[in-house]
Amino acid sequence: MVAVGSKCRTCRGPAIIDLPRHNANFCAEHFLELCRRQVRKAIDQYDMIGTDDRVLVAVSGGKDSLAAWDMLTEVGYEVDGLYVGLGIGDYSDESAGYARRFAEQRGLRLLEVSLRDDYGFDIPTAARATRRVPCSACGTSKRHVFDKAAIDGGYSVLVTGHNLDDEAAVLFGNSLRWDVEYLARQYPVLPARAGFPKKAKPLVRLTERETAAWCIVRNIDYLVDECPMAAGNRHLAYKDALNRIEADSPGAKASFYLSFLDNMSPILRKSLVEADADVDACSRCGAPSSSPVCAFCRIAEKSAAHVPVPVDVLLGRRSRRSDAPAALGKRGTS
Amino acid sequence: MRVLLRNPRREVTVDGRRTVNSLLAELGLPRESHLVIRNGTLVPGDADLAADDEVEIRPVISGGC
Repeated sequence: MVAVGSKCRTCRGPAIIDLPRHNANFCAEHFLELCRRQVRKAIDQYDMIGTDDRVLVAVSGGKDSLAAWDMLTEVGYEVDGLYVGLGIGDYSDESAGYARRFAEQRGLRLLEVSLRDDYGFDIPTAARATRRVPCSACGTSKRHVFDKAAIDGGYSVLVTGHNLDDEAAVLFGNSLRWDVEYLARQYPVLPARAGFPKKAKPLVRLTERETAAWCIVRNIDYLVDECPMAAGNRHLAYKDALNRIEADSPGAKASFYLSFLDNMSPILRKSLVEADADVDACSRCGAPSSSPVCAFCRIAEKSAAHVPVPVDVLLGRRSRRSDAPAALGKRGTS
Repeated sequence: MRVLLRNPRREVTVDGRRTVNSLLAELGLPRESHLVIRNGTLVPGDADLAADDEVEIRPVISGGC
């Protein structure tokens, strides 16, 4: 059955997707072209990746990271993948399968790090041991492992699949607190500095509806299920709020985030020079840290000494405390 | 039509024809955070869904942790 009245803006053929923020519908071919243009624009505008760069993309098995790997490989960049096993029960087992199959089917190289095997802990145990929400320990751990793998492997750019919705939600949360330091650091590319690789987010001009559609059109099998530990987190609440605004004012999310980058970020980023002067090295792992022992090593030491906590046990206990206020703190996206 | 929903995975049966947008509204699912796949192909909001179609409504929101 052909869609009624819905034609591709470019070729007038049958459309497969409506994009209210562009006030247009697109067929598969021209939707993919739109996505490629948006990613190329982000890469060029923010000088994310050069033709000689060796790129490492952090992949979770979800739509965004696999779309990023696919898009960058398609245009000819040399890109390896990095999967971090977080030990979140069946969810992690399944997500690893999606990442491995994607790499195998395309002949791409996938590096793997396991928090349990390589560092002696997993995220459910870390959440219990540190008495913090799982997303906090998870984010800190992933950033540390990503940075280390990129530096050790000699990669010149570390890519993550953060999309427009992710960045708009982080911006929304940081703006609610007027957290100037986090706002100043929110930028789609961060230069390499001592102990840190260059980091880039080439999907920041695509919504997650668009990255998911990319995967469907390109027949990329990805993990649709959500992380069981993310349910109810504040980041999802911010996304929901922004999507309500978007429904009434198509394009509002893109305008919120991209106008921030154009108009506010240049002012805020001037404050970063002074803050960076305080960074030293972690006495345990040598990674850059503003305290004697970095946040990751503190989590690892506490968690590795703790009895392993299965994710089901943690979720069961969390659900009984679900009326407690959410404890997710301020967020960075670097 | 048979409609597959995700997170959690479940299936519902919906009687009669309707457009994608009508189905999403009926189920209380925002268009901005969902895609609809009919018989294996992505379809836009004004596409018609027939009684014998196999439909998947796929959420696109991720935790972003």
